[in-house]
Amino acid sequence: MPQKTFAIALMDPPYESENLTTAFRILGVMAQRGHNLNVFAYEGASGLAFTRQAPHPNPVHGKNVAEENHPTTKDQVVALLALAAQNGGKVDWVNCGMCVDERGVGEFAAGRRGSPADFHAFCEASDNVLAIPTK
Amino acid sequence: MAKKTLNIVESAYRAVMEEQDDTILWLLAAMQGAGAEHTVLLRGNAVNYAVAGQGAPGLTIGGWKQTQAPRMDNDIVDLIEKRKIPVLVIREDLAARGIERGELVPGVELLSAKMLPKRMAEYEIVSHW
Repeated sequence: MPQKTFAIALMDPPYESENLTTAFRILGVMAQRGHNLNVFAYEGASGLAFTRQAPHPNPVHGKNVAEENHPTTKDQVVALLALAAQNGGKVDWVNCGMCVDERGVGEFAAGRRGSPADFHAFCEASDNVLAIPTK
Repeated sequence: MAKKTLNIVESAYRAVMEEQDDTILWLLAAMQGAGAEHTVLLRGNAVNYAVAGQGAPGLTIGGWKQTQAPRMDNDIVDLIEKRKIPVLVIREDLAARGIERGELVPGVELLSAKMLPKRMAEYEIVSHW
């Protein structure tokens, strides 16, 4: 399959919906197939790569930190970039600058600060666009 | 003595993969441990939480793997057996989804929607999640 370039908009915040799990499943397959992914993390999704996310124990589950192995979306973003690189693709993960400022989540484990102009450029350069909005 | 609270849970499977549980059932379990007296009523799409044998594969992204994906049926059993939180399920919502009584985890109580108002009157607090 020839390499394609996709523009993707994400909008949901981490730990609030199933949309992002679905998104990461799709993005993971795209990365595995070596496609280029240009992701615009908008509004709540701008917190996905926030570096201070930390796993925690879960007393209700009766598990310590290691046993609970709580997922963090920052690790998922980092894994996505690594997976794309392994397969010859590239991920340009842009965190909406004004969105991260509103939320105080401007420290990224991966990706860079950007703006809606980046998403416009992503769309113009893409073979296709996938938008997963908050409902 | 804690106030008796009926928790009508209708939102289902919201963030369960990222949280590895349902946030409301988790909250109620934690509150019960702090002395609360909760009852859970599953309605709408949430009735599916009581179906035995469900589960989803953990999320995998390259070398990153989720190892503790949620099992909502186990969480319902935990509420009933360990937390002593009664779990009711709306009978009509099961029927609308083609779910039979025999598919559910043991210990849940079926309740007709017609009986819900009377049941609600038994509680001091009713929360709809």
